[in-house]
Amino acid sequence: MVLNLKDVSITFNEGTLDEKKALQHTNLQLEQGDFVTVIGSNGAGKSTLMNVISGSLKPDIGSVIVDDKDVTMLKEFKRSQYIGRVFQDPMAGTAPTMTIEENLAMAYARNKTRTLKSGVTKKRKALFREYLETLHLGLENRLNAKVGMLSGGERQALSLLMATFTEPNILLLDEHTAALDPSRAELITNLTGEVVEKFNLTTLMVTHNMQQALDLGNRLIMMDKGQIILEVSGEEKQALTIEKLLAEFQRIRGEQMANDRAILG
Amino acid sequence: MFLSIFSAVESGFIYALMALGVYLSFRILDFPDLTVDGSFVTGAAVGAISIINGVPPVLATVFAALAGFLAGTITGILNTKGKINPLLSGILMMIALYSINLRIMDKPNVALIREPTIFNDVEGFWEMLGIDAFLNGLLTNTGLDRVPGTWAILIIMIIVTIVVKLITDYFLKTEVGLALRATGDNEKMIRSFSANTDTLTIVGLGISNALVALSGALVAQYGGFADVSMGIGMIVIGLASVIIGEALFGTKSIARTTLAVIGGAVVYRIVVTLALKVEFLETGDMRLITALLVIIALVAPKIIAAQKEASRKRRKRQELANR
Repeated sequence: MVLNLKDVSITFNEGTLDEKKALQHTNLQLEQGDFVTVIGSNGAGKSTLMNVISGSLKPDIGSVIVDDKDVTMLKEFKRSQYIGRVFQDPMAGTAPTMTIEENLAMAYARNKTRTLKSGVTKKRKALFREYLETLHLGLENRLNAKVGMLSGGERQALSLLMATFTEPNILLLDEHTAALDPSRAELITNLTGEVVEKFNLTTLMVTHNMQQALDLGNRLIMMDKGQIILEVSGEEKQALTIEKLLAEFQRIRGEQMANDRAILG
Repeated sequence: MFLSIFSAVESGFIYALMALGVYLSFRILDFPDLTVDGSFVTGAAVGAISIINGVPPVLATVFAALAGFLAGTITGILNTKGKINPLLSGILMMIALYSINLRIMDKPNVALIREPTIFNDVEGFWEMLGIDAFLNGLLTNTGLDRVPGTWAILIIMIIVTIVVKLITDYFLKTEVGLALRATGDNEKMIRSFSANTDTLTIVGLGISNALVALSGALVAQYGGFADVSMGIGMIVIGLASVIIGEALFGTKSIARTTLAVIGGAVVYRIVVTLALKVEFLETGDMRLITALLVIIALVAPKIIAAQKEASRKRRKRQELANR
């Protein structure tokens, strides 16, 4: 088992009027190669789930286990040796004043000890170029361009590459296509499918786009009010449609799914 | 005139090390670090007191840099572990250092007259080379009647500054250096690539203040004294050097920018020296001149860029109208 969330709960502002149970006794197991898409309306606990796994939030109770190691108390930067992450904001995953090759060199050092040796070597440059070619954006010819000069789509493609090419144990995708225009979003969605398959990455992807949640991955979970209320996998997931998902939500919760974004997406 | 410019360039290269330190904190770490006003004096004080107690000048200067490193790391710890805002961490450390510097020196002013310094150590060796006679001979041929006493300080400082610059350039391209730059550029991102941003900030500020203190120790040996108030306004002088240098010489790459910062430090000294030659300006006006210089260096490039942009648009409209 690559990821094991055991009985994780987290409450914000406990004891005040703003109290919010962001996760309630959540259990989630990911096997090697699982690609799980996560849907749910705003405030369902999707982002909290991601943050608890990445380590930027510590759970009140419960534990996070990665490859049989209990990482619950491990700081975010230590945990990121095992975890690759792409954020929603295309600006968040790269350093804008540094060049493409320098950004890749930083990502390359993710699961290594950083040394006082040169970050960008000839050998690595060739490797970076090779990886960049797989994006089909021509970035392999712009190794010395500052990342701040790239478009949002290019930056997000680069972020995706940086998060994946060192083959992390777990890949977290946090609505990573939501801030892009439809054609760029489609490009990133396709690239995501390609890299996850190529490196056989264990992936957790949050999305507001139901179609994307259905198209990608072998498992799907739906969250509401801090709980996982629906889990579908394999053939059952393949047969799923947006209508069926919405009907399922209504059956479980006895109410309409309130989020327009989720329905329209 | 030539001699005052000459000594301005000399001290420009000594202060350039301080400017490189400020560049590391202010630009690379995006951390406006006011520790500088204190750590500059710490360097001067540790250097001076060590020399007076018989430590060889080179070693005394190394001690000074180490003391500056320590001061910088404490500012870093206040910021990262104490979660104190960067400006406030620096200010707290700056005033704390004022008292510490007084303790180190035991009095507000320590004279280094008749003590060995790095510079007069070098001068002995220098005279044997006969470079002074050669360069001054060239100058006399061009018609100058008053020539510098020694070229040793200038040449040595140029070499030291360039070596520090080259090491800085290399360091900022190492794996650790890249992570350090990313800490100032996008902290969230580099943390997601397993870099300990707290440690990087602490070490970065340490290196920055080590350079500042190194500069302080050399200034004390150059001027022949350490004074507890010699650091006042130092951060602004550092910023002035960085900003003037960047505006004049560009920021295309790291190597270019560090060179620009050194150039900025030298230009700053020359401008101040020339300004003080103006009849109605006094030594006390130096801070005002510094502030004005920084303002000009910050505003002028923007005005120039805006005008270029405006004339480009005007040209486009003109072309359209002529068609």
